[in-house]
Amino acid sequence: MEKANIKYDIAIIGAGVVGGLVARSLSAYDARICIIDKHIDMAMGASGANSGIVHAGYDATPGSMKAKFNIEGTAMMPGICRLLGVSYKNSGSLVLAFNSEDEKQLQKLYENGIAGGVKGMKLLSKETVLKMEPLLNPKITKALHAPTAGVVSPYKLNIAAIENAVVNGTEFLRETQVLGITGNKGDFTLSTNKGDIFAAVVINCAGIYADDIAKMAGDGFFTLTPRKGEYLLFDRSEGGLVENVVFQPPSEKGKGVLVMTTVDGNILIGPDANIVESKEDSQTHADSLDYVYKTAIKTCSGLNLKKVITSFAGLRATPDTGDFIIGESKKIPGFFNVAGIESPGLSSAPAIGEYVAEIVSGSLGGLAKKENFKPGLDTHEFFRDMDLNEKENIMQDNPDYGMIVCRCENVTKAEVLDSIRRPAGARTVDGVKRRTRAGMGRCQGGFCLPAVVEILSKELGIEKEEVQKGDSGSNILVERNRP
Amino acid sequence: MIEKRSLVIIGAGPAGLAAAVKAKKAGIKDVLLIDRDIQLGGILKQCIHNGFGLHVFKEELTGPEFALRYIREIEELKVEYKLNTMVISVDKNKRITTVNPDDGLIVYEARSIILAMGCRERPRGALRIPGTNPSGIFSAGTAQRFVNIEGMKPGKTALILGSGDIGLIMARRLTLEGMKVRAVCEIMPHPGGLTRNIVQCLEDFNIPLKLSTTVIAIHGKRRIEGVTIAQVDDSFKPVKGTEKYIECDMLLLSVGLIPENELAEEAGVELDPVTGGARVNQYLETNIDGIYACGNVLHVHDLVDYVAIEAEKAAKSAVRKIKGKTRKIKKRIELITGNGIRYTVPQFIDVTDKEEKIKIYFRSTSIMESIKINAICKDEIIFSKKLKRVAPAEMEYIIISTDDIRGRKMIIEARAK
Amino acid sequence: MKKEMVCISCPKGCRMTVEYEGDKVLEVLGNSCSKGWDYAVDEITKPVRIVTSTVKVRGGKLTVVPVKTNKPVRRHLIFDVMNEIYKAEVKAPVKEGQVIIKNAADSGADIIATLDLKKI
Ligand SMILES: Cc1cc2nc3c(=O)[nH]c(=O)nc-3n(C[C@H](O)[C@H](O)[C@H](O)COP(=O)(O)OP(=O)(O)OC[C@H]3O[C@@H](n4cnc5c(N)ncnc54)[C@H](O)[C@@H]3O)c2cc1C
Ligand SMILES: Cc1cc2nc3c(=O)[nH]c(=O)nc-3n(C[C@H](O)[C@H](O)[C@H](O)COP(=O)(O)OP(=O)(O)OC[C@H]3O[C@@H](n4cnc5c(N)ncnc54)[C@H](O)[C@@H]3O)c2cc1C
Ligand code: SF4
Repeated sequence: MEKANIKYDIAIIGAGVVGGLVARSLSAYDARICIIDKHIDMAMGASGANSGIVHAGYDATPGSMKAKFNIEGTAMMPGICRLLGVSYKNSGSLVLAFNSEDEKQLQKLYENGIAGGVKGMKLLSKETVLKMEPLLNPKITKALHAPTAGVVSPYKLNIAAIENAVVNGTEFLRETQVLGITGNKGDFTLSTNKGDIFAAVVINCAGIYADDIAKMAGDGFFTLTPRKGEYLLFDRSEGGLVENVVFQPPSEKGKGVLVMTTVDGNILIGPDANIVESKEDSQTHADSLDYVYKTAIKTCSGLNLKKVITSFAGLRATPDTGDFIIGESKKIPGFFNVAGIESPGLSSAPAIGEYVAEIVSGSLGGLAKKENFKPGLDTHEFFRDMDLNEKENIMQDNPDYGMIVCRCENVTKAEVLDSIRRPAGARTVDGVKRRTRAGMGRCQGGFCLPAVVEILSKELGIEKEEVQKGDSGSNILVERNRP
Repeated sequence: MIEKRSLVIIGAGPAGLAAAVKAKKAGIKDVLLIDRDIQLGGILKQCIHNGFGLHVFKEELTGPEFALRYIREIEELKVEYKLNTMVISVDKNKRITTVNPDDGLIVYEARSIILAMGCRERPRGALRIPGTNPSGIFSAGTAQRFVNIEGMKPGKTALILGSGDIGLIMARRLTLEGMKVRAVCEIMPHPGGLTRNIVQCLEDFNIPLKLSTTVIAIHGKRRIEGVTIAQVDDSFKPVKGTEKYIECDMLLLSVGLIPENELAEEAGVELDPVTGGARVNQYLETNIDGIYACGNVLHVHDLVDYVAIEAEKAAKSAVRKIKGKTRKIKKRIELITGNGIRYTVPQFIDVTDKEEKIKIYFRSTSIMESIKINAICKDEIIFSKKLKRVAPAEMEYIIISTDDIRGRKMIIEARAK
Repeated sequence: MKKEMVCISCPKGCRMTVEYEGDKVLEVLGNSCSKGWDYAVDEITKPVRIVTSTVKVRGGKLTVVPVKTNKPVRRHLIFDVMNEIYKAEVKAPVKEGQVIIKNAADSGADIIATLDLKKI
């Protein structure tokens, strides 16, 4: 992958959901764009490990960037998900109160939301809440309902956004780590492990590393602190415990531990919030997971620990400025920061993407819009969601739909192949998993792993022992028994 | 497309194979055996070690050889089977929906169904082992498949968590293939697998077995680099100060099997929360008329021989049902697990007007020596059997006559002699 | 010296305690028949094991075929037998029972296939 001679108009650093949606919005313009990530796939940072909530937008201080982009982004979310074939559910959210102290908090959130323009919020009585969500703790006293909130698969949105950008001409450069940035508007040089990349403007969407990237460029005016959040994910058999995203009253630790049903129908509980030393620290801890569980059962006592299928952790990129940092650097023209995008960053990302595309285009003298821009993706419904007739028809067209690779999530060989062959497709076992759900079910890959390894090795033309789980060095197998 | 069959058997492991052979021999012409794999034999295909068949064939066979005995019979009897065919749903009217790359979607309507889908392994998530999420963590059965069928090494140095038979067998297997096994850790104070396997798989190769020990953290960003193990107290909580770092590039989990019952649940089959399998009567019939279960999908077996024997019983019952030869049920007796008994199969007994001798399989909750197994009806011991020793890893049984049963309940318990 | 062992000569699986000195068995407790005694003596004096593994296959549907020793071999020979298994190779098709290595490592046992394997 020698890109040394190519000069891009725009280089985006970071292929998370923010970089992805910035790339997608920019790919509507006539420009040479690349999106760079140090990982082998997109969605391997915060965008792959968060709650996946499309927040209504009552948390942030009215007038802040967080509030503005959250409310705009949330409004855009259903439309963009439809275009990109990403599942989104308008589930609504509840913040619970257990006493009068909590109720005051709800009142504050309510007023915040009204000031920011959040629609449809209501403070509900205990009875109404329990009618809506009969399995909640009957000790609640009130709840704040926000009907505009929803849930989305964050990594699916991330992947689809970049795929859409790639379909529209953007280049996705994997395993390319930016190590240094020199130059100015019109001629930036990004030095990377894969050689130099030249670009007229640079957009810093590097997640938790965005402060380091800004420093490299010569404008390190902010710092980001990694704050970890840990989760427990339950089997789909437990789905349906709650319909809404259910928060406990916010505390100094953040929005509080929540209980929700993901778009895919699993129960998710978490996160806690702990500042950590390392930006690479995605370990889970027994204490944190215990805390998450003990707190979540206050929301809903019916959580069965035996049905946990996995746990994970994500790092919030908390800025010392208190708000999202979005805009052109004052010191280095042509260098744009999209940094400190902690929660509600996912919800805000569609709006951030549009906004950044506009200012970047403006700074390049107003880019022309592409005539043949494709705003959506050709996606297929998942086999598991089809009715019998559809299943029968699609199997006739493509027999690979008759080969079930992942028994827990009913993922077919056709879908695994498609996930690899698509633009910006999967290269790894985790890549296949995030795109198809193969390995995300209750057996967590025990059954499908050998099949997925085999398909990847054939499709990518590599040996089985070269097939990786994620980044290189994470090979699944080591060597042959009988070489 | 809808097709009809008298008997459809789902799963062609030893349970499905034995049931199919039995039913065909008993005169059911249209038996259909379905499996999602491309070969008959179920999990036995990857169990290349010996130790199978002592009861059924009176000789010691490897897993593939054991399966082959049945497969040859299947071929000779011309039992119809479909491979590469996944059953995606079963309903209470005994309609079975299947998919297959060659035929697409076919729905079968059966008069009887035997569930023989085996089980799957419990994954890491179920244990909530904290730490990183690198590659190199396998369930023992997945590693077994990689090593024995695909001829691939999943790592170089292993720690095995769980001393169930699969874990023990894999400890030996990896060692024979030149991989190093640092230890087998078991959270319980006693080993989970058969003593024979402790001797031949661990002791023979000087592999340490660490009891009352578990993995409390996983380390390594990309591929696993090591684990922290620690001893646990009586309530299975790690004891501070006993933590130890063990370097390894592979962690195998042999931490239990879960019957594969999604299909059964969907059909409305009631499950036993302890076994994870269906609740059945002495004919191995579930709460749904004409749906039977046997093998690991019913409860986890340690000996394949018992699987085959159980499967034949299920087949016999299904055949009787298909031929309309079932007796009228007079009353239903619930079996209650008393002191020291983890579960029983069957879970209930249907008493007819003819006396029957009923074999009740059970597992104990812990290792107990010199005990009596009692069956109690209306506070009275109606049957008692002495046993030198029971262990959770080893299934035992008692035989009870229906004529001795009184009332609607029977408690099975283990007591010191 | 004392050793706990389980007789595996028949499915009953008696648990036995064997007392021995060096190669000499002094007492066996817990066996239900004489086969148990014999087994204990063998385990102490000349333990034997069936070895199972896989052998490389050329041109088969799979790259390895499962094999075993057709009779138990002396325990100290296990790795010698494995060394021959590592090196062995067969051409598909393979039949169950087919001898792949004769008298492996002079153990007196042949290595035989335990599965039928078709050609690709
Ligand atoms: C626990 C938790 C819960 C959250 N819950 C929600 C929620 O429910 N709703 C919501 O709206 N938001 C939520 N968020 C926030 C949301 O997840 C983030 O705002 C969003 O994912 C940030 O996306 P990003 O693209 O900025 O960062 P990332 O996804 O982290 O992407 C940054 C990318 O930059 C790459 N990169 C970094 N350095 C370099 C380099 N030197 N060279 C090349 N590439 C580099 C990284 O590899 C990474 O892929 C949550 C966050 C966390 C941590
Ligand atoms: C690793 C291991 C080692 C063992 N070692 C020994 C030993 O040394 N000695 C001994 O006696 N026993 C041993 N056992 C136990 C014995 O092998 C098992 O108890 C026995 O194989 C269970 O048989 P089964 O037919 O119930 O299940 P399986 O063999 O698991 O067969 C179930 C079949 O059902 C199919 N199936 C499931 N769902 C579907 C669906 N939806 N559609 C179509 N097909 C489906 C599966 O593909 C599979 O082929 C061992 C077991 C394991 C796992
Ligand atoms: S001692 Fe006799 S009865 Fe007991 S297991 Fe050995 S052979 Fe069987």
